[in-house]
Amino acid sequence: PSHHNTEYFLSLQQRIEIHKLRQGDNLILGFSIGGGIDQDPTQNPFSEDKTDKGIYVTRVTEGGPAEVAGLQIGDKIMQVNGWDMTMVTHDQARKRLTKRNEEVVRLLVTRQSLQKAVQQSMMS
Amino acid sequence: KIETLKVTVDFLKVPLGLKKPPLKEALAAVPGPGRSKALGLERHKPRRSDNMDNESQYSGYSYKSGHSRSSRKHRDRRDRHRSKSRDGSRGDKSVTIQAPGEPLLDNESTRGDERDDNWGETTTVVTGTSEHSISHDDITRITKDMEDSAHLDCSRHLGVVLGVALALLAFLTPLAFMLLPQLLWREELEPCGTPCEGLFISVAFKLLILLLGGWALFFRRPKAFFPRVFVFRALLMVLVFLLVVSYWLFYGVRILDSRDRNYQGVVQYAVSLVDALLFVHYLAVVLLELRQLQPQFTLKAVRSADGASRFYNVGHLSIQRAAVWILENYYHDFPVYNPALLNLPKSVLSKKMSGFKVYSLGEENSTNNSTGQSRAVIAAAARRRDNSHNEYYYEEAEHERRVRKRRARLVVAVEEAFTHIKRLQEEDQKNPREIMDPREAAQAIFASMARAMQKYLRTTKQQPYHTMESILQHLEFCITHDMTPKVGERYLTAGPTIQYHKERWLAKQWTLVSEEPVTNGLKDGVVFVLKRQDFSLVVSTKKIPFFKLSEEFVDPKSHKFIMRLQSETSV
Repeated sequence: PSHHNTEYFLSLQQRIEIHKLRQGDNLILGFSIGGGIDQDPTQNPFSEDKTDKGIYVTRVTEGGPAEVAGLQIGDKIMQVNGWDMTMVTHDQARKRLTKRNEEVVRLLVTRQSLQKAVQQSMMS
Repeated sequence: KIETLKVTVDFLKVPLGLKKPPLKEALAAVPGPGRSKALGLERHKPRRSDNMDNESQYSGYSYKSGHSRSSRKHRDRRDRHRSKSRDGSRGDKSVTIQAPGEPLLDNESTRGDERDDNWGETTTVVTGTSEHSISHDDITRITKDMEDSAHLDCSRHLGVVLGVALALLAFLTPLAFMLLPQLLWREELEPCGTPCEGLFISVAFKLLILLLGGWALFFRRPKAFFPRVFVFRALLMVLVFLLVVSYWLFYGVRILDSRDRNYQGVVQYAVSLVDALLFVHYLAVVLLELRQLQPQFTLKAVRSADGASRFYNVGHLSIQRAAVWILENYYHDFPVYNPALLNLPKSVLSKKMSGFKVYSLGEENSTNNSTGQSRAVIAAAARRRDNSHNEYYYEEAEHERRVRKRRARLVVAVEEAFTHIKRLQEEDQKNPREIMDPREAAQAIFASMARAMQKYLRTTKQQPYHTMESILQHLEFCITHDMTPKVGERYLTAGPTIQYHKERWLAKQWTLVSEEPVTNGLKDGVVFVLKRQDFSLVVSTKKIPFFKLSEEFVDPKSHKFIMRLQSETSV
């Protein structure tokens, strides 16, 4: 993870690689997303900035591929396999995550806890 | 310096052999520094026509003045049309608009109930004449009119007379029923006390109601002469006739022959007839008035000359009645027909036909050649680069600009003119010489706006519609009623036909052309044409669609709102 020390951006990012699990006919990732440019950002309990319309992880299934890969609840997904997720609609985000021909998705996520940790360590 | 320019123009004339080189070409020929002088020349042109306007000022202000040949041509055509229409109106063999000042019958108050002044419409005309449109031969038309007029007047009056006779018969029959026993075998009748008196009173009042109802329903000035029998009215006449005849039959057999003693029975018989007549009157109301009220069809009327169109909603009507309805609305909805506005300027069209010459090389088969030739010419003409649309566009733009400028001048002139006079108040002390009546006031302020008005009317080609007299009358009208100068807008746009003077623009003769018999009811897709000499109105029918209204109940308490939640999708 690379870090730049600015106050205005959630710039701490982590790469997470999830291997999809086959369940019958579907490939599941094991988490739920919320958010999108067509959604109401003030309802997002995880975002620090209530105008942030990005895609956030709202639930992580226990023992699912996402938890195994290290995805945590409240993460904001910045990229999926190189596709930007900061300015997409909810449905577009879902589609990009659930492509049938992809077995592995590589996410770029950012986390408030990460940032806070770095800030604290910088201050001390 | 202007002389040098003139010389240039003349020089251009010679080699090209044109009568009048367009000014633009002359300007183009002039080198750059001469341009400003050229503009001066251009400005001279309109001023020259101003002087000409001044010459023709008040005396020749009616349509007879004028300097352009094209408007004179239009006037000649219109005069010829007017004389034609005057001759034609003598013979009413088609749908005619009758001026309201001519009642068909005299004003007699004590007429019968079923009497119908509109019986004039039940002319049974020879089939041929109502289907023909315009006969192009004036002479045969006029002679035909003169022959037919006598015949038609007879048949129209016959219809009226028949209706009146039937009405009288129906009205007097109950009275006759009651009086005849009294006259013929009075001694043998049983005395009849209060029931009879009650019945007498009821008969009297019912007859009075019938009289009033008949007057309200039928006693109307005919607004048009229809080419065919009016089916519903004929039906009603027949019904009344049958009713009365059957009552008389029974009366004759049962009462007169056997000399019935029971006078009360006779009176009740008469009362039943009056009741039946009242119900027939009710039927007449429903058939003639109510049925057509609910809109069922939309009629689209398009004027063939310039494409002005309107839509009307009507109910169930026969074609001829729908035609009269359309005409009634035509006069106040359609802008007046102005033949001067129809033609494209000559300069635009003239170039089109200087086309190609086709030479046939050796082919002797002439029929093939002609079609082949014409097609070749048309194809070649279409392919040729044709800039007449350009000219048309610029002419239109120029005309528009001119109209707007003159309109602005007119509006200002009218406003200023109206500021010159004001209404006399009680407290103003003026000597009698200075007090004017509306006519004089109108004349006084007319002078200051006459020129602007004249130029504007000329530009919009409306000058035949407004004589000086009519303008003065309108001014007088406005001044009398304290109207603002904005009423000059009457001249700014072409109004509906009925606004203009009756003699010139209200034609009485229209011809109804229809493929179906004109007494048929309207149906979806019926098309008929109302023809006049200059143009025609094409009317097409469309049924108003059947609306399927469904109900949806909304509980006022169900209006609830929430913030847009983040939707959550599991992947």
